[in-house]
Amino acid sequence: MPGFDFSNYNRNAALCARGMSLPKATSTGTTIVGCIFDGGVVIAADTRATSGPIVADKNCEKLHYISPNIWCAGAGTAADTEFTTALISSQLELHSLSTGRKPRVVTCMTMLKQHLFRYQGHIGAYLVVAGVDPTGTHLFTVHAHGSTDKLPYVTMGSGSLAAMSVFESSWKSNLTQEEAIDLCSKAILAGIFNDLGSGSNVDVAIITPEKTTLKRNHITPNQRVPKLGNYVFRRGTTAVLNEKVIRKEELGNFVSIHEMTEEADKMEVDT
Amino acid sequence: MAMFSQNPIMNGPSYSFNDAPKTNTPEGARQHRFDPYTDNGGSTLAIAGADFTIMAGDTRLTSGYSINSRYHPKVFKIGGTTADQKDATLVLSVVGFSADGEALKERLDTICKMYRYRHGKPMSVKACAQRLSTILYQKRFFPYYAYAILGGLDEEGKGAVYSYDPVGSYEREQCRTGGAAASLIMPFLDNQVNFKNQYEPGSGEGHALEERARRPLTRQEVEVLVKDAFDGAVERHIEVGDGLQMMVITKEGIEEILLPLKKD
Amino acid sequence: MSGIFAINGGACVAMVGKDCVAIACDLRLGLQALTVSNNFPKIFQYGDVFLGLTGLATDVSTVSDLFRYKVNMYRLREERDIAPRTFANLVSSTLYEKRFGPYFVGPVVAGLEPKTGEPFICGFDSIGCIDFAKDFIVSGTATDQLFGMCESLWEPNLGPEDLFETISQALLNAVDRDALSGWGAHIYIIEKDKVTKRLLKGRQD
Repeated sequence: MPGFDFSNYNRNAALCARGMSLPKATSTGTTIVGCIFDGGVVIAADTRATSGPIVADKNCEKLHYISPNIWCAGAGTAADTEFTTALISSQLELHSLSTGRKPRVVTCMTMLKQHLFRYQGHIGAYLVVAGVDPTGTHLFTVHAHGSTDKLPYVTMGSGSLAAMSVFESSWKSNLTQEEAIDLCSKAILAGIFNDLGSGSNVDVAIITPEKTTLKRNHITPNQRVPKLGNYVFRRGTTAVLNEKVIRKEELGNFVSIHEMTEEADKMEVDT
Repeated sequence: MAMFSQNPIMNGPSYSFNDAPKTNTPEGARQHRFDPYTDNGGSTLAIAGADFTIMAGDTRLTSGYSINSRYHPKVFKIGGTTADQKDATLVLSVVGFSADGEALKERLDTICKMYRYRHGKPMSVKACAQRLSTILYQKRFFPYYAYAILGGLDEEGKGAVYSYDPVGSYEREQCRTGGAAASLIMPFLDNQVNFKNQYEPGSGEGHALEERARRPLTRQEVEVLVKDAFDGAVERHIEVGDGLQMMVITKEGIEEILLPLKKD
Repeated sequence: MSGIFAINGGACVAMVGKDCVAIACDLRLGLQALTVSNNFPKIFQYGDVFLGLTGLATDVSTVSDLFRYKVNMYRLREERDIAPRTFANLVSSTLYEKRFGPYFVGPVVAGLEPKTGEPFICGFDSIGCIDFAKDFIVSGTATDQLFGMCESLWEPNLGPEDLFETISQALLNAVDRDALSGWGAHIYIIEKDKVTKRLLKGRQD
């Protein structure tokens, strides 16, 4: 990885030292779970992103693509989960291209933990890694400090206790695919309704040796109720002091614009 | 090591500001302190109309990321002659630390009841408002951590809303919100109740525009406004939700309405 | 109050309408409670893409100039204007590069997809996490107030004129309940063939 740019670090540390509090990054308060079944693995997540007590995003995506057969659910600092998974996904693709083999879940997990351990927990990514590879079905959790676990069912994030209560009371071995999807969804719903950091919808990903199915918004139990009142204002309600209109065609007075046809848009290819 | 000399943590302070403070406690030292307050989240809202007042609050009780209760009222009838408060004329809403809020409600209720027994008539909002301020200020240096709003009908039968800070500073207002989502709801009320920033279309140009005239809202309009305000707050604030409790105070008495809110 | 974001103050909001988008900002520049300027716009135009920046004013200037440079370089290399979605990813990776020494800005991107004319808005935290929204994005010291206003005023499929009224009322009423932003506002309504920029009358306190 090219690495981070620390050029603002001194300035920011100085501001901090003068009693300025650092801004809060968007965190995916989050409930994420994973569960192995006979013939594959399911991971699921809620879709709420928070910034303090405020909901920043009501329908964000916490299931991240690593490779066609490996997916990752992320909790913690939203930017860190996003970029860490994207980075490892890229490295894993190159690795699989150079070896000519399908990427393995253990490889992915090892790369993630080594990356996170190098940053000593400062990269706040808490991940559930799941996938199917030639060695079988795998499910791991990776913590921000670099520790990992390998279990048949896992939960993470602020709603992990609520979700785990569902697993601990309802999990059994030799689940079918439908049972596993149902169990994971129930665990996420427990997080959505009982943990304030989690909310909105349930996203599910099912990975089997044949294919991966991403069920975005598998369950949507929190649709917004319609507004009772009408809040469209009469036109002219706002006081305007000055108005300037810039039209596309008038831009031609200053620069020349050539509209490209679809044909011309195609790139010439050397044969 | 040259590249690390930039790092203030590794080589001690090398800030551009020379008066940067040092860490104040030695390694491993821990201060123990009694923290008597918790923030139990939630929000309240009150709007005064021409001949009614609506007091509302959500019914969720939280601490941290947990929901302690999905039905814990924040809006109370005050000063009835009986325990069920069916002949009460005033409503108090409290938000902040719920134990303090409830203690405050009990105290004000007792005082209103005593007044009623002694004088043979219910306390006026004006008098009750002043008394509530006194109660709060009595605990100036160990305050009730509660944002109170008192609602009722004044001597002329008009809707009255009095809002308080935790140490008893108070004011009569047309509308007010309190608690976690107060900053989300208040500008909406400015806009929809007092028509702030709205002008009469076509009444002039720029600075010459006339402001949209204020008019008293009807009870139906206010009920719609309250529900929409809370639905908005529930969408964006994690500590608000579960149920909406509304008290409508008219000269006929106090009507209580309970509506569902989102539970996530 | 002691936050770095709250030194200079300011607010920004973007909204999706029917075949149009709107982006708006206040004009205040302050030093804590003291207002220094009432003409500090926080929206920057790069070709057909609009970027709103709130937060620490020095970073607002630095970052806006940095993106001007980056977008110009993109245009030279690619011989075309940058699309809003591409620009959003540029903003994201630029901010995340400084993960451990961030710029204290809350960016908002608004524009129309060049091929389809579809509205596009998104927001970021200071370390580059993208918030793709289908309705509205808010940022700045009046974030809470703006969330409350937008959540109750916004509705889908507003035409350019109605969207203007909605975003204006949302911004003006939000900043009036925030001590650190206000002092007038700029509103941009972006349509397929034209951009309308308006200066609003706002409270000067």
